[in-house]
Amino acid sequence: MGAVGEVSEAEFQSSVSASLDRLNEHTLKTVHWHFSDETGSPFWLEKKAELNFDPLKDIGSFDDLKKFPHFEDEWLRGGPIRRWVPKGHANKPVYVFETGGTTGVPKSRMVIEDHWKDYELFSETLPEKYFPRGANWLMLGPSGPRRLRVAVEHLAQHRDGICFCIDLDPRWVVKLIKKGWMEHLEEYKKHCVDQAVTILTAGHDVKCMFATPKLLESLSEALEEKGTSLAEVGITGIFSGGTEFTSQWTRFCVEEMLGGPPEESGIYMTPTYGNTLMGLACSKPITAEDGYKIAYYAPQPRAATEVVTFDDYNQVVGYGETGRVKLYTLTDEFFVPGFMERDEGERERPIGSYPWDGVSGVRPFHELASATTVGVY
Amino acid sequence: MITLNPLRWGKQYESLEFNDVVHFDTGQPIARVGTVGGGIVAKDLRKADQARQALLEVPTDELIAMSKRAAELFENESLPVGDSMQSVDDFVHQQSASTGLPEHMCRSNMAKNSFVLSRMDEILQCLTRGLDLSILTNGYGDEGRGVTVSFQAQTPVLGAILPNNSPGVHTLWLPAIPLQIGLALKPGSQEPWTPYRMVSAFMQAGVPAAAFGLYPGGHDAGGAIMAKTPRSMIFGSAQTLAQHAGNPRVQAHGPGFSKIMLGDDIVDDWEQYLDVMVESVLSNSGRSCINCSGIWASRHTREIAAAIAEKIGPVDALPPTDPNSQLAAFTVPAMATGTWSMVQQDLAESGVTDMTAEYGDKLIERDHCAYLRPMVVHADSPERAVASKEYMFPFVSVVECPEAQMLRNIGPTLIGTVISANESLIHAASQCVEIDRLNIGPLATNRINWLQPHEGNIIEFLYRNRAYQIAPMPAS
Repeated sequence: MGAVGEVSEAEFQSSVSASLDRLNEHTLKTVHWHFSDETGSPFWLEKKAELNFDPLKDIGSFDDLKKFPHFEDEWLRGGPIRRWVPKGHANKPVYVFETGGTTGVPKSRMVIEDHWKDYELFSETLPEKYFPRGANWLMLGPSGPRRLRVAVEHLAQHRDGICFCIDLDPRWVVKLIKKGWMEHLEEYKKHCVDQAVTILTAGHDVKCMFATPKLLESLSEALEEKGTSLAEVGITGIFSGGTEFTSQWTRFCVEEMLGGPPEESGIYMTPTYGNTLMGLACSKPITAEDGYKIAYYAPQPRAATEVVTFDDYNQVVGYGETGRVKLYTLTDEFFVPGFMERDEGERERPIGSYPWDGVSGVRPFHELASATTVGVY
Repeated sequence: MITLNPLRWGKQYESLEFNDVVHFDTGQPIARVGTVGGGIVAKDLRKADQARQALLEVPTDELIAMSKRAAELFENESLPVGDSMQSVDDFVHQQSASTGLPEHMCRSNMAKNSFVLSRMDEILQCLTRGLDLSILTNGYGDEGRGVTVSFQAQTPVLGAILPNNSPGVHTLWLPAIPLQIGLALKPGSQEPWTPYRMVSAFMQAGVPAAAFGLYPGGHDAGGAIMAKTPRSMIFGSAQTLAQHAGNPRVQAHGPGFSKIMLGDDIVDDWEQYLDVMVESVLSNSGRSCINCSGIWASRHTREIAAAIAEKIGPVDALPPTDPNSQLAAFTVPAMATGTWSMVQQDLAESGVTDMTAEYGDKLIERDHCAYLRPMVVHADSPERAVASKEYMFPFVSVVECPEAQMLRNIGPTLIGTVISANESLIHAASQCVEIDRLNIGPLATNRINWLQPHEGNIIEFLYRNRAYQIAPMPAS
């Protein structure tokens, strides 16, 4: 690899090495927090007894996390939710966010301030020109017991703005799709998009927004039918994510929906990859020259991703090779020592702004793809 | 390997995403198909009026002549398809390789599509009952009886979600072009060949390219076509039919449950009609909605079933290039195993007999595909569940049922062949609303006269006959 941007190869390698040191140090600290009797959560302290090693002695680096069994998201179904709250955070106000749950008991994750911190970190990646401080926001995505709705509102507030939200129940959307009630699905989408159009055309100075790809498409179409556009109603910055985000969709979005790259259209769109467990991974800037390739980088060291082989989830694939996405969450609120995501992709090299591994071409894991209802909202 | 790009009102679009079309038996890729999402489809369909406008600029008689030329090109010439020139043999090999259909059946479906195109003038004459086609172009006119008639186009384009494995059904959307209605097609993921080649033939024959959209993709692309075109066709299962029942925007095509009924007056001579019955069951590997899935008679049903079994029971899987090959492969093996499980449930019912049991195993599993060999089942009563079943391979139930109860019990029947000279039975069949296409006499169910409407008249689907009155304006 040659020089990366304005950084020399040596400086870049030093930065990669430093980030690994930081991750190792952070891992050690996080493991001690979660497995110490004074600060750990009832869940992990109980789990500790089942392990054939002592996390307090035997985990010295990020790589050592492979000693843990894979995190099973089924553990998140059902209560008591308090068992996940670290003793070190006792008496603090606790949020609970849910994921899944179209039928049966949803998976729940407790959060204290992680969602604020994650989005404050994400905020630093947003270009000021297109996401100006003080601008108001629109949140056009899943609401209810979901982290995203509260997190986006916090992002807006953190950037001195006010966030307008609409209601969207993704579980009902999944049910509509499974029942084949496509007309109802269209009507529900329209119901949500109509509310967004109303807000955007009501003089609230909304310049920034979150939207899922499908809702962004519908919103753009609805505005076009009214003879206006995202640019004309004042949108300059969009962050999007939540469903399958492909290079082809990004190309369509940039070239046809938004009217060109930011310098031509005046709108900057950035893809994100995240979930309730991890938080938010950012994409390096997308460009036509790069074939609209989307490469995500986790907010290390608070979370990390690996791309691992399909037959050995402890074996990382080579750069550019395909594997399943493995996720680690390492905050003082929540500890996930290796969770197998329902996605696959290609391992990406570190880059200047993210001197650690990334993942590109994220798509549903091929062995699970047929059973997954994607593109739901 | 051929690459097929999406076509956006006549312009190829180089997508960043591709699906591979693979050989049914080896799993090797034979084509790359660029795909698009619903957003692109929706964006294009906002300009659908331009597709119709482009066609309105060409008189219908010229479009009909172009259709005839397209028929010739489609069936006999090399054509630009995707990034390659495709010969007729290429087309046949490719279609057979991805659908599992024997090559001679691909050629026969090709001829069927070409035939419909080549007879477009007669077909439109018959479907419109002789209407001057300029009335469709202008929206109104005088048929010569001194009364203004009006036919208003209900959509600028016809959307269609095309099937994966039935190359014969494409005849249904072909009349749209000479009717000056554009096309927004989602090709089947395993059978993109016919729509791509047909659209190429139309364009080479002079039809404006701006009239055509080809949108390969997932459910998202199909959903956008259905949602954004005021008139669309979809091909699918019984569940698909139920989902769109009563929706005037959608013409859904699915299982046909086509049947042959033998009247009491001729049933003792059933052997005379054996060839008609065999052809109806076995043609096109039993895949079509027009294949016969039920033969109903009041007596001799066991002998009839045994005689058909003797003819089709020995049919085995042969290489698709073999001119004697009668069986198409299931390109998704799970479909064959699932179907086989359902058949086994049918056979478990008392009163149901597998008349092909002695002809060996029915399910043949290969590495990448599977086959189901022909089956004839005898049902001693219309009450048996198998009497109303249809599967995607040569499968027929021979059902014992008194003549007087047949029409009450047959259920939905796309093609009903009534072999009888009994006027009262013929009259009752003519009145029976369960039957869509009625054949009186020894006509195989798969022998379709294209001069007659099929599952609804496409003219009535695309155009609305309405009042249009004109009064002279007072002189100023």
